[in-house]
Amino acid sequence: MTGKNVIISKNICKSFIDKRSKKEIVALENINIGIPHGRLTALIGPDGAGKTTFIRMVCGLLVPSSGSLEVLGMDVLAEPQAVQDRISYMPQRFGLYEDLTVMENMVLYADLHNVPQGERQARFARLLHMTGLAQFTESLAGKLSGGMKQKLGLACTLVRAPELLVLDEPTVGVDPLSRRELWEILQQLVKDDELTVLVSTAYMDEADLCSKVIIFNEGKLLAEDTPENLREYLHPPKEVAFTGVRSLPDKFVIEVRNLVRKFGDFVAVDDVSFQVREGEIFGLLGPNGAGKTTTFRMLCGLLPASSGYLAVAGLDLRTARTQARANIGYVAQKFSLYPTLTVDENMNFYGGVYGLDDERLRERMAAVKEQFDMAELSDKEAGELPGGYKQRLSMAVALLHEPRIIFLDEPTSGIDPVARRNFWKQITALAAEGKTIIITTHFMEEAEYCDRIMIQDQGRMLALGTPKEIREQAGVASDDMNEAFIAIVEKSRGEKEV
Amino acid sequence: MDGFRAFLRKLKFMIKKELLATIKDPRTRTILFLPVIMQTMLFGYAATFNLDEVQYACLDQSRSKYSTELIAKMEGSGVFRRVQTLNSTSEIAEAIDSDVAMLVVNIPADFADKLVAGERAEVQVITDGRNSSTSGIAAGYVNSIVADYNARRNGGRILETETIAWYNPNLITRWMFLPALIPMMSLSQVLMLAGLSVAREREQGTFDQLLVTPIEPSIILIGKAISPILIGLIQATFALIIMCVWFEIKVVGSLFTLYLVLLVFLLSCVGIGLSISAVSANMQQVMVYCFMAMMPLSLLSGVTTPVRNMPQVLQYFTLANPLRFATEAVRRIFLEGSSLATVAYALVPMLLIAGITLPVAGWFFRNKL
Repeated sequence: MTGKNVIISKNICKSFIDKRSKKEIVALENINIGIPHGRLTALIGPDGAGKTTFIRMVCGLLVPSSGSLEVLGMDVLAEPQAVQDRISYMPQRFGLYEDLTVMENMVLYADLHNVPQGERQARFARLLHMTGLAQFTESLAGKLSGGMKQKLGLACTLVRAPELLVLDEPTVGVDPLSRRELWEILQQLVKDDELTVLVSTAYMDEADLCSKVIIFNEGKLLAEDTPENLREYLHPPKEVAFTGVRSLPDKFVIEVRNLVRKFGDFVAVDDVSFQVREGEIFGLLGPNGAGKTTTFRMLCGLLPASSGYLAVAGLDLRTARTQARANIGYVAQKFSLYPTLTVDENMNFYGGVYGLDDERLRERMAAVKEQFDMAELSDKEAGELPGGYKQRLSMAVALLHEPRIIFLDEPTSGIDPVARRNFWKQITALAAEGKTIIITTHFMEEAEYCDRIMIQDQGRMLALGTPKEIREQAGVASDDMNEAFIAIVEKSRGEKEV
Repeated sequence: MDGFRAFLRKLKFMIKKELLATIKDPRTRTILFLPVIMQTMLFGYAATFNLDEVQYACLDQSRSKYSTELIAKMEGSGVFRRVQTLNSTSEIAEAIDSDVAMLVVNIPADFADKLVAGERAEVQVITDGRNSSTSGIAAGYVNSIVADYNARRNGGRILETETIAWYNPNLITRWMFLPALIPMMSLSQVLMLAGLSVAREREQGTFDQLLVTPIEPSIILIGKAISPILIGLIQATFALIIMCVWFEIKVVGSLFTLYLVLLVFLLSCVGIGLSISAVSANMQQVMVYCFMAMMPLSLLSGVTTPVRNMPQVLQYFTLANPLRFATEAVRRIFLEGSSLATVAYALVPMLLIAGITLPVAGWFFRNKL
């Protein structure tokens, strides 16, 4: 059977009418592809490439504007229900019931899909074993970490045995450790059950694990081949930001000593100490739930510490929170400016509350708009800007009052590789001007841009140093930061269990 | 002084942003003016205790000159309209049950004989108690007609009560309801606006962005309070204009006093709204809490039923209800023309409520996890 295509797309086109501008947006243009039986196929492309649109059409949830689409030998357009009965689909945000336990969620989905009682026990046992959730069956789904939720989502998707499994970006926002586990599960399914799997992803490195790769860009098919033949595209030569270690002044702008944060009995941040020098790019890395967001929020003054000393720009955060905040710029993970206000209105407001006077406000607004190339967008509503521009606007607003320290919370998640590279160019330029950058990221390769990084897991600080030192500490030979990260986290977890 | 100027400058930016965000959000924009117009019109026409027409059934077993006289008197009043003429007592139940008549007048066979003999004659009035207030009012109308008839027959008026309703001589319900509608409407709108404003920012993630700026919590609080108050005052003005122009209700008291009371009242509403917002995690929760708060606040306010009629325990509860005092004060200013000095007592509890809820909300903004 292997080799026969289970999904055959011929001249598929899809366009939408934008409600506001009344313009036609082409989401997919003349897609001709085939997805082979019994293999793992990756659908790769940056955000907005049309991955989700294509996947929803395969599942019969969207109707193409033109073209024909055959899934499992059936015409999806003619019999969407028949196709849906034989495939399993896991959307980007899988609908787990957070107030139900792991087992209750699985039973619920089994009921919804009419899985016979007799088959359940064996199937549940296998899924729980495969996803490593066997010991968590009584935990509430809402209490699981991001990676575990995705695994539970996958288990719920697989409560019945499908002929085709379709996953839409299952690894978005999942830490490297859980990502690797998810992919191992998928590979195992393909090997053991000869299941056909179609996965969309924005991570280029994940494509290597598939037998076929399809690349979309701006609604067009860019390439369709094996990962070996697409090596050039998937692994562009790395641009190294720094050669050698920069010399930084010995002036500390952030000092953290024995920082602890507890939520009830749970210790989110456990005795963390570090210092950040002026003009340094300092990266906070860790799996989801490792405590990096909590650490980050305490540094910004959004969350009080349970104990320990925390000073930003020489000001103790316990006593001078408001003054300390005047020195920092903050870019949240999610776009968090006022979406209904225009670019200028947003800038005006933030400049005003940072205490800039009229003249300086005008000057700075003109300067940051110039710097981020958005002078023409002054009267656009912030919420209507495309993703990359939202990112730029957030940066522009954070820099309005010329802060000494800039906090960036996962600024590059959800933007395409080209935009990410440009973004890092700007960051390194800012650091060269003497601004201190604190950044969290789950893209391990981005750790290379940092002067120093800190790796956290389960609240504790596991490693602190330059990327080179971290790799040495991990004992990883290659220059792959991903492996170094996984090695360090696994080593620490192993020690804990012993 | 410079510090104060900087404070005012930041506050100006905050208020401007709040107003822009409220007006530009299509979801809040729709609740700004349409409900005001709709509610004022609805209350003006629909909420009335006045019975313009009583549909009744007549069972005249006496069939005498006297009974015909009495019936003629009733029907001549213009209020009673006969919808059915019954022939026996067995038909009474059917007339009421079928909702055809809200009232049955039963004149017994010995009515005329007793009158002639100089005895006490009885007329039976059966009303539909499923709606106690209308049946009470209708029965009251019958009573006054019977009393009038008695007086005439006795050839003179021995004792007569003459009722004069001060401030609302024609006892028009609309006069009582519409002024009270202003605070009630303001409460529901401002509670929502204030409640949603922080929750919306939490959901959008903009609240964190706001909290990392060096802006003082007091500015956030004042900014968040002023914008709903301004909107509330504009809405009140809207409703006021409709009442004066369309329904021709005159404001007897001074507009200044009226607005002062409304301002203090809105301050307390915003305090409650922001407190709800501070303890809620998202917009949905705010909505649920707001609806939960609205019900007891309006029931215990005296808008529809007098506070004096409530059990003593509940009357104590009304002391913590700003709507009760606002309703009282607004009615008095509207209809009596009370001066600021007479309604000043009502401002105290409202100021107290604002003085407690606003700081509580401000504290929660900073310290909630």
